[in-house]
Amino acid sequence: MDVLSLARFQYAATTIFHFFFVPLSIGLVLIVSIMETMYVVKNNEIYKKMTQFWGKFFLINFAIGVVTGILQEFQFGMNWSEYSRFMGDVFGAPLAIEALLAFFMESTFIGLWLFGWDRLSKKVHLTCIWLVTAGTTLSALWILTANSFMQHPVGFHINNGRAEMNDFLALLTNPQLWVEFPHTIFGSFATGAFVVAGISAIALLKRNRVDFYLKSFKIAIVIGLVSGVLLSLVGHSQAQYLVKTQPMKMAASEGTWKDTADPAPWTVIANIDTKNHKNTGEIKIPYLLSFLSYGKFSGSVEGIETLQKRYVEKYGPGNYIPSVKTTFWTFRIMTVMGGLLCLLGIVGVFLVWRKKLLNNKWFLRTMVAAIAIPFIGSTTGWLMTEIGRQPWTVFGYMQTAASVSPNVSAGELLFSIIAFIGMYSIMAVVMIYLFVRTFKEGPSLDNKVTNQSNDPFDGEGYHIVTE
Amino acid sequence: MLLNELWFLLIAILFIGFFFLEGYDFGVGMATRFVARDETERRVLINTIGPFWDANEVWMITAGGAMFAAFPNWYATLFSGFYVPLVFLLLLLIARGTAFEYRAKVDHPKWAGTWDWAIFIASLLCPFLWGVVFSTLVYGLPIDKNMNMHATFTSIVNPYSALGGVLITLLCLYHGLVYICLRTTDVIQARTRALAKKIFWVLAAAAIAFVVVTFFVTDLFTKRGLVLYPIYALDVILLILSAFFLSKKRDGWAFGMNAGVIVLTISSLFIGLFPRLMISNVKKAYDLTVYNSASGSYSLTVMTIVAVTLLPFVLGYSIWSYYVFRKRVSKEEHMEY
Repeated sequence: MDVLSLARFQYAATTIFHFFFVPLSIGLVLIVSIMETMYVVKNNEIYKKMTQFWGKFFLINFAIGVVTGILQEFQFGMNWSEYSRFMGDVFGAPLAIEALLAFFMESTFIGLWLFGWDRLSKKVHLTCIWLVTAGTTLSALWILTANSFMQHPVGFHINNGRAEMNDFLALLTNPQLWVEFPHTIFGSFATGAFVVAGISAIALLKRNRVDFYLKSFKIAIVIGLVSGVLLSLVGHSQAQYLVKTQPMKMAASEGTWKDTADPAPWTVIANIDTKNHKNTGEIKIPYLLSFLSYGKFSGSVEGIETLQKRYVEKYGPGNYIPSVKTTFWTFRIMTVMGGLLCLLGIVGVFLVWRKKLLNNKWFLRTMVAAIAIPFIGSTTGWLMTEIGRQPWTVFGYMQTAASVSPNVSAGELLFSIIAFIGMYSIMAVVMIYLFVRTFKEGPSLDNKVTNQSNDPFDGEGYHIVTE
Repeated sequence: MLLNELWFLLIAILFIGFFFLEGYDFGVGMATRFVARDETERRVLINTIGPFWDANEVWMITAGGAMFAAFPNWYATLFSGFYVPLVFLLLLLIARGTAFEYRAKVDHPKWAGTWDWAIFIASLLCPFLWGVVFSTLVYGLPIDKNMNMHATFTSIVNPYSALGGVLITLLCLYHGLVYICLRTTDVIQARTRALAKKIFWVLAAAAIAFVVVTFFVTDLFTKRGLVLYPIYALDVILLILSAFFLSKKRDGWAFGMNAGVIVLTISSLFIGLFPRLMISNVKKAYDLTVYNSASGSYSLTVMTIVAVTLLPFVLGYSIWSYYVFRKRVSKEEHMEY
């Protein structure tokens, strides 16, 4: 394989892995913050147990999110040095701000939260976890500011052969950001919610500490439903925005080779022939693509061939068609996952409301399996977003082939790919092992010791901590 | 143009902050093998840095981000040029961070033992790798006219850079030992103090060797001798003072003095570089400087406003966090890690 393919493979593999942990961290810390708020407001010990129990999952997960994130920051320079030179003036700023604003906040207050149970007052301790939540959310905002620039570049001009920022506010008010950020953040909240609900469902199926897990499930399913619905609504406006700014990505994800009829039907499934630019075995729903694209039941949508012709005129000769099959199918899988989240959320809230949840074994089992849904959804969603943008790294200005480091050899890349994948595999196994173990240990529900520890020297002793 | 120089200064400050803060937690990581005699003692040591190590590492991440934003060419050349060492650095940092968080999650000696080895090895090699990188920065690297660095093994690993690596490692170790004296009690503290007094001599020898070799193999002294002589003189005085205070059991003062040593040592490298960012040993004209590698003035202005606004908050809550955890860690206390 050549350097470009290897670099792309490494970037995709490490980013997909990183993004298993990121949305879960963002979602879990929100839920933990809400639980601790309930503890402080209601002063009921069970919410403290919930905070600590789900907090353990959050910490196990957060650790991997953080350490794999360092690699993400280094990778732009290591593998994409030409990109970094050309775009650093614009793209570097949100990354630096992310570190300064979000990473310091997250890391400092997570330390205070974890080590501060005995040293801080209840309210200050609660403030710490909310600041971690704020930090993770701000982190998402800034990294997506950077990504939105790649999808829809704004606020810059080309000077001396490279991009220079000339309007910082434009980066922040990039319309792409304000569809992409809410879509990602609600997806993250839903991820945390469905993981908590799914794990609680396992315990509820076994009738294990029903009070504790039912309370956890309730909080989670409400957050899951609200985020699922908002996620889908924002997703819809994101698609409409896509038609305007990156029509090629939209056409590819719809598999429309030629301009559609007016009104445009939506293709549910199709057998795509990328060689002959033809689809067979299509199932179509009339009017729907017009509605998805423009929010009304009329209007034709441009096809891949028309757009290719226009891009050749605008950007010079070349192939501007991304992988149609991948974008088509990842888009569909993502959409189905989003729909499932809403559906399960509605059913779940209904069952909880009618107090029928515990007797409904099939639903609880479904919720266990549903832990996978948000992860499949976000992975396919990002695959569609990033593969659909190809051949560009920054849409319309810089192509992926021109972005790669010229001084990194295929051998070096092969070495790093093997090293990172090896490392990440071990971490994934360990992390899943710890999740299972933490669940089996269960929450500490006896009221004598408030903090579980395995230290032989640590019994009642630590309560005598004096200032 | 003033902004270019300001951002060079800010990035230098971020790296100094990184070596000052993460420096002691690297040192504590090394001390888990050199000082601790059993599992409980290792726990005590690791818990002294428990609430801090993650935030300390953010200084490095922010330095990287600031390089990307303010000097994209520096970021691109350095990170792609040092590809293999950075892969190792990343693997070590990944293992180390996970180890802190996971070591106490399972109560089994082999589990904790494995993670503790990861902590030790990573804490030893990370400062070494950074030392290697920084000494090659002042030594010069094969950078071509397109600012791309084509490094061979020996252009990164050579006697000078190895000496630089050893120096930074020892500096972090000594720093960590003084920190442990400041944060623990009884037997551990006494043993650490004894070891620190020995390490002091090794560190002093390495530091003198490094300065002498730097005098001969780099152009630092011909360029900035006027500033560097007093800096290194002060460095020696502060180092001796830190050992003096350590033997008088004034650990706060000892830590403060050694903090000064770290600040001055890292500063000296940045002062020697300025206005260059990376030195090309192919041709002088290929040097990366604060002028030919920087972002535009608009971007630098925005970043300056952001940094000046945010840094006071970051410093404020960091200091508060140290105030909250000011109490010494002992075996009897509850430990998270």
